[in-house]
Amino acid sequence: MATQKQILGRNSVVVKFAGDSGDGMQLTGTLFSDAAALAGNDIATFPDYPAEIRAPHNTVAGVSGYQVHIGKETRIIGDQCDILVAMNPAALVANLKWVKKGGMILVDGDAFDEPALKKANCETNPLEDESLSSYIVVAPPITTMARETAQALGMSPKDAARTKNMFCLGMIYFAFNFELDTPCKLLDKRFAKKMDVALINKQVMQKGYNFAETLELFQTTYRVAPVDLPKGKYRNITGNIATAWGLLAASERSGHKLFLGSYPITPATDILCELAKYKSLSAKVFQAEDEIAGICSAIGAAYSGAMACTTTSGPGLSLKAEALGLAVITELPLIIVDVQRGGPSTGLPTKSEQSDLNIALYGRNGEAPCIVIAASSPGDCFYQAYNAAKLALETMTPCILLTDGYIGQGSEVFRIPRVADLPPIHSPVAKANDPDYKPYRRDPETFIRQWAIPGTEGLRHRIGGLEKSDVLGNVSTDPLNHEKMVYYRNEKVKRVAKKIPLQQVSGAKSGELLVVSWGGTQGQVGVAVKEVISGGKKVAHAHFTNIMPLPMNTAELLGKYKKILVCELNSGQFANYLRIQFPQYQYLQYNKVQGQPFTVEELVNEINKQF
Amino acid sequence: MIEKTTEKLSKEDFASDQMVRWCPGCGDHAILSAIENVFPQIGYKKEKFCVVSGIGCSSRLPYYLNTYGIHGIHGRANAIATGVRLFNRNLSVWIATGDGDSLAIGGNHFIHIIRRNLDVNILLFNNEIYGLTKGQYSPTSPMGKITKSSPQGTIENPFTVGELVLGAQGTFFARVIDTNPKFISEVLLEAAKHDGTSVVEMLQNCVIFNDGAHKYITDREFRDDRQLILKHGQPMIFGKDQNKGIALGDNGLKVVTIGKNGVTEKDVLVHDMYREDPGIHLMLAKMKPPEYPIALGVIRSVVAATYDQLMENLIETHKQSCAIHSVDDILNSGDTWDVK
Repeated sequence: MATQKQILGRNSVVVKFAGDSGDGMQLTGTLFSDAAALAGNDIATFPDYPAEIRAPHNTVAGVSGYQVHIGKETRIIGDQCDILVAMNPAALVANLKWVKKGGMILVDGDAFDEPALKKANCETNPLEDESLSSYIVVAPPITTMARETAQALGMSPKDAARTKNMFCLGMIYFAFNFELDTPCKLLDKRFAKKMDVALINKQVMQKGYNFAETLELFQTTYRVAPVDLPKGKYRNITGNIATAWGLLAASERSGHKLFLGSYPITPATDILCELAKYKSLSAKVFQAEDEIAGICSAIGAAYSGAMACTTTSGPGLSLKAEALGLAVITELPLIIVDVQRGGPSTGLPTKSEQSDLNIALYGRNGEAPCIVIAASSPGDCFYQAYNAAKLALETMTPCILLTDGYIGQGSEVFRIPRVADLPPIHSPVAKANDPDYKPYRRDPETFIRQWAIPGTEGLRHRIGGLEKSDVLGNVSTDPLNHEKMVYYRNEKVKRVAKKIPLQQVSGAKSGELLVVSWGGTQGQVGVAVKEVISGGKKVAHAHFTNIMPLPMNTAELLGKYKKILVCELNSGQFANYLRIQFPQYQYLQYNKVQGQPFTVEELVNEINKQF
Repeated sequence: MIEKTTEKLSKEDFASDQMVRWCPGCGDHAILSAIENVFPQIGYKKEKFCVVSGIGCSSRLPYYLNTYGIHGIHGRANAIATGVRLFNRNLSVWIATGDGDSLAIGGNHFIHIIRRNLDVNILLFNNEIYGLTKGQYSPTSPMGKITKSSPQGTIENPFTVGELVLGAQGTFFARVIDTNPKFISEVLLEAAKHDGTSVVEMLQNCVIFNDGAHKYITDREFRDDRQLILKHGQPMIFGKDQNKGIALGDNGLKVVTIGKNGVTEKDVLVHDMYREDPGIHLMLAKMKPPEYPIALGVIRSVVAATYDQLMENLIETHKQSCAIHSVDDILNSGDTWDVK
C-alpha cells in the first residue's frame, strides 16, 4: 500500500468512456454516473454513439462514447474531459481532441497492437511516439488482467475478455475515491437474473480498483465535493424517461387515461419502451405498423376520450404531417413528442440538432397551427411533457413538444416532485344530454370547443377532415365560413399566450446584448453568458420554452437591448421565426449544425465578439 | 362490454339530417339503407356506435348516419379506428372504406388491423375504380382495364380482397353485393356478432365511372347461375334450377351438375364457415366467373383472441403483479437519495 496518497478536491470533473460500439461503454458510463449521483454529486451525461449497432471493430467510425460530468455547473456536459478512458486506438484517435492538456488518458495497453493501430489509421503507436507527451498516460494490459480474473471464476475466455470495461471502471472508481458498495449494488440489480455474471463483474471491478491502488500514477486521486442542492429527494434521469413520466403524471392528474401510438425510431424509442412498462397504470401503449398509424391511432384514441400521444423523431414527424393536419381541423387534444436528430432524411440518427423547428411550426398543408414548446434539459422534459399534455387537453389543440437527442438520452440529477403539487388539468369535456352541445360551438374568449366523448348519451356528432361549419360542425364549403374557421384556429393558438408564463431573462434587464436560445441548449448558453458576465460585460440571456405562441412580453423584452444574438443548433430557424414575429428588430445569429451540442468555449468567444 | 339498449330502436334512430350526396343510382344508397336497418337490430345503445372512415365516396358514410363518427384522411380509417376501439372498448366500431382507401394508400393498416384481430367491423366498398377523383384504376381493377389513368389498359394484377384478408390471418370474411340489401343486413348482423376483425367486401356499382363492373354476376337473367350464396351447414348448391354445386376435385374446387355423370348432392361440399383451416375458404374467396360462380355470404368466421381483449388482459394482470400503482411510485422507484 502506497503511503503518500494525495487527494485533490475538485469542483467538477469530466470523464469520457470510449470504445468499440460493442465494448459496453454506455453501460460503463451509466454505472459510473449512477454511482456518482448516489454519492451526492450533481451529474450530467451525454451518450455519443454510432448509428450502427456493432460498427466495424476497432474503427474510428465505430467508436461509442459516454461522457459524464460530475460536480458543479453540470447543467451542461463539460466541453473537455479530465479523464479519457479509451478501449482501443480508434477511441483514442476519435477523442483526443476533447482531452484537456494535462488530463489523464487511461487506455487498454493490450488493444494497441499492429492491426488495431492500422484500422485506426495510426502510422505509429501513439503510446510510443511522444504524441501524448502533454497528458498523463496509463496503459496497463487491461484485457489480460480482466480475462485472467474472470476465467479463474469459470468464465469462457471470450466472455472473460469482455469484462475489461469493469476493470477500467474499478480503476476509475479508485481515482475518484468511491467506495465499491454502491457500484456492486448497481451490478447486482442490473444482473439480477444472472447472479454469476454479477459476481464475476464485481470481482473484476474489485481487481481493477486494487490494481489502480498499486500504480504510482494513481497516487493523486480526486474527490469531487457534493453539491449544495436544495433539500429534497433526488434521482438520476434521462430526458426520454422524464418525458414518459411527465406524460404519465399528466394522465393521472387529468383523469384521462394515456394512449400512446408510436413506432420505434432513434432517438425517441426509449419513450415508447418506458411507457410500455406501466400497464399497471392503465396506460395503453400501441406499437403501430408505421409512423402514420402511430399518430392516426392516437387521433382515434383522442376522439374517444384519451390523453393521446405519439412520439417520434424528425423523419417520423415528416410522415405524421398529414395526420397532424387532421388533428388540427378536428380540434382534438394530441401530444406529439419530437426528439430531434440531425437531418434531413435519415441524416444523423444518433446525433442531436434543433432543425425540426420549421416543420413543427409550418410543416403541414393549409394553415394548420399547433402549439409548440421545447424542453431545456433532461429533467425539464418531465415538466414540458406535463405542460404539453396540459395545453393540449385544456385547449383541444395538438401540441408539439420538441426535445432532442442530446437531452433525450443525456441524464442529470432530478429533484423528485410530488404529482399532487403539479398544476391541475381541466379538459372541456361536454356533459351528457347537454341540449346546447354543438361540435364546433366555442368558448367566446378562448375559442376552445368542447370534447364530446363517444358513448356519452345525447351528444352524437361527426367530425372529420373536411371543413366544418361554425358551431354546427356540418361539412361546409362556404367561402366566408372557411375564412372564419381558419381565423378561429389561428386565434385559438395565439390566445394560448394568456395561459403561459411571461418570458424571463437572466442577467442585465436592459443594455448592450441579449443572448437568445431555445430548447436543449439552455445549459451551455446559460453557463457561457454567466462566464461573459463574470468577465465584466453587460449581457442577458433569454431562454425560450414556449415557442408557439411566444410569451406575451417577448416583443417588449427584445426591445430593451441594442443587439440580439440568437444561438441555435441549426441554420437560423428560431431567428427567422423571430424576424417574422417582430420585424422591428435586428437579429444576429450564431449557428452550429454538426450534430453536436455547443461548447461553452465557442459560445463565450462568439458572445465576446459582440463587444 | 358494450352497453345494451333498453328502448326499441328503429331505422329512424340512425338516419342523419344531412343530405346524402352520393350520385343517383350509386350502390352506396342500398348499402346505407342496409346499415340503417341492421344497427337497431344489433341491440346496443345508439350512442355506442362509432363509424370511422378514410377518404373516397364510401368514406362519406359517417356523415349519413346519426352515430358518433370520424371522417379521417386517405387510407387511415383502419389506423384511426384502431385507436378508437383499443382505447374505448365500450364502442361498436364500424369502418367505412374502399378499394383505394384500404388496398392502396392504406394497405399497410388494412393487413395489420386484420393480423391483430382488433374487434371492429370493416365495410370495404369495392367498385374497382377511384370514384371521388373521377375514374382512375384501383388495386381491384381487372388487368387491362381502360380508365382515365390507364388509357391503354392497366398492366397490373388486381387484389382479390378475400385472399388478402385470409393471407393476413383474417378471422371473418364475407362478401355481399349492393343489389341485395336484405342479404347485406343479414351478413352485417353476423359481422357484428363476430369478436375480432370482420371484413365485409361490398361489391358496389359506380354508375358514373365504372358502371356495370359487377354486371356479369348481378344480371337478373343469369345471376342465379353466377352467384353462390353460402350458408353455414348447407351444401354449396346454386343455379336457376338449383342443380349446380361446388365439389372438391383433384385440382381444387370444381363446378358439378347434380344428376350428371353420377354426381349426387352428397358429392357437393357443405359450407363450414367455422373451419379453422383456411384452405377451402381461400378457394371460395378466389372463385371468379366465368369459370366459377362468385361466392357471397360469410365465407369464414373463426374464434380467436382479439387484440383489444388481450391488451385489457395485460393491464389487469399487470395491475395485480406490479408494485407500481401511481406516478409517485414510479418517481420514487429505483435509486434515489435524500439531500437534507
